[in-house]
Amino acid sequence: MTVRLLIFGIAHEIAGKRSTTFEVPDNATVSELRSLLSLTYPQLGPLSFAIAVNQQYVEDSVILTENDEVAIIPPVSGG
Amino acid sequence: MSYKDITFSREELARYNRHIIIPHFGIEAQQKLKAASVLVVGSGGLGSPLLLYLAAAGVGTIGIVDFDVVDESNLQRQVLFGIEDIGKPKVLAAKARIGNLNPHVNVVTHNVQLTSKNALEIIEKYDVVADGTDNFPTRYLVNDACVLAGKPNVYASIFQFEGQVSVFNFTGNDGEKGPQYRDLFPVPPPPGLVPNCAEGGVLGVLPGIIGTLQANEVLKVITGVGETLSGRFFVFDALSFDTRTLKITKRPNTPAITELIDYEQFCGVKAAERKIKEISVEEFIEWLQAPEQIQVIDVREPEEYREVNIGALLIPLASVSAQKEKILRDKKVVFHCKMGGRSAKAIRELEDQFGFDNLYNLRGGITAYLERLS
Repeated sequence: MTVRLLIFGIAHEIAGKRSTTFEVPDNATVSELRSLLSLTYPQLGPLSFAIAVNQQYVEDSVILTENDEVAIIPPVSGG
Repeated sequence: MSYKDITFSREELARYNRHIIIPHFGIEAQQKLKAASVLVVGSGGLGSPLLLYLAAAGVGTIGIVDFDVVDESNLQRQVLFGIEDIGKPKVLAAKARIGNLNPHVNVVTHNVQLTSKNALEIIEKYDVVADGTDNFPTRYLVNDACVLAGKPNVYASIFQFEGQVSVFNFTGNDGEKGPQYRDLFPVPPPPGLVPNCAEGGVLGVLPGIIGTLQANEVLKVITGVGETLSGRFFVFDALSFDTRTLKITKRPNTPAITELIDYEQFCGVKAAERKIKEISVEEFIEWLQAPEQIQVIDVREPEEYREVNIGALLIPLASVSAQKEKILRDKKVVFHCKMGGRSAKAIRELEDQFGFDNLYNLRGGITAYLERLS
């Protein structure tokens, strides 16, 4: 199934795009999505980014559904 | 003293008239502002609009923590300062500017770096903390100190074209404590991966936008008017105008904060190194004999390899990143060198840069292994 990624911060630079669609297995969890993202974009692996699904920050155990909006939000530190 | 006992001079009433006449704000909110004390940590890009608007709004006491001096490169976004301030301590330049804007505000300057030693002592004196710092160690320090001292932490942070705002550690009307920074970002990113403004740059108007949103949250926290961003996290992209307000909650597994730590070390800025996975020679021998296949990689130099080797794949330390495709991701991979130092470096590099999580360091290296065999 497909989810829609919205990519913020340094993750957007790593992925080279701000939004994209991403294929995950049916009933994939957020944790599985993280692993798949790290495979596609290896530099995301160590980043400790937050994930929000349909505008709700979620735990890694949450199960994704088709066409979910998944926001990838790494920390930023500038002031 | 209760805010209800706060009085205003004729000049103050004239100055704050446009606040006082707003329905649901009125004199009571203005009294709360005058009774309040806010600590602004960092008087840079975010601190500039934050300080100007908090002072203009009539916050009674404003503390400023900064140890920096005004630099010409600050003026592209730090509208608090002018050319005559270049070279002056930021807290003193800020105090002078605020005095010129609103003499009814009591400005307290802390011309120091906020550290684990002084943070609680400084923060304890204030009702609200506003975090406009420019690095991860201080972000975690401010968060943890606010959690320990029980202060709301009005958070904003920026990077290039992007800003984030929230209110952390805020006790709402229901008496429930809202989430804190570590509920969202439990651990900092590896050092060097997320640049700050000095390294990555920032659009000058961005801290203006985000810093005024932060000021707005401070005013709501103090006055109780409206709904703060506690439990919500606002993200703004100035280029696409994509905005998201995410619901955030406390995480049950966020470790309790019991004391302030060494945040430079925590964020890996200091030499102290994060632990990697290690195995002993005994475990290594068991792994070699087990049915589960493993990959073994030797990161020494070719000359050393020619002299003696254990049949591992040779990838010298200097080329591990370039040859990362040869390293398996679906099996346990044991790295070794002569004594274990270079292989630890190789593992850190691969974990930090490419997200490997299946790498093990052979403790004592090939030396310990050969000793064990003989």
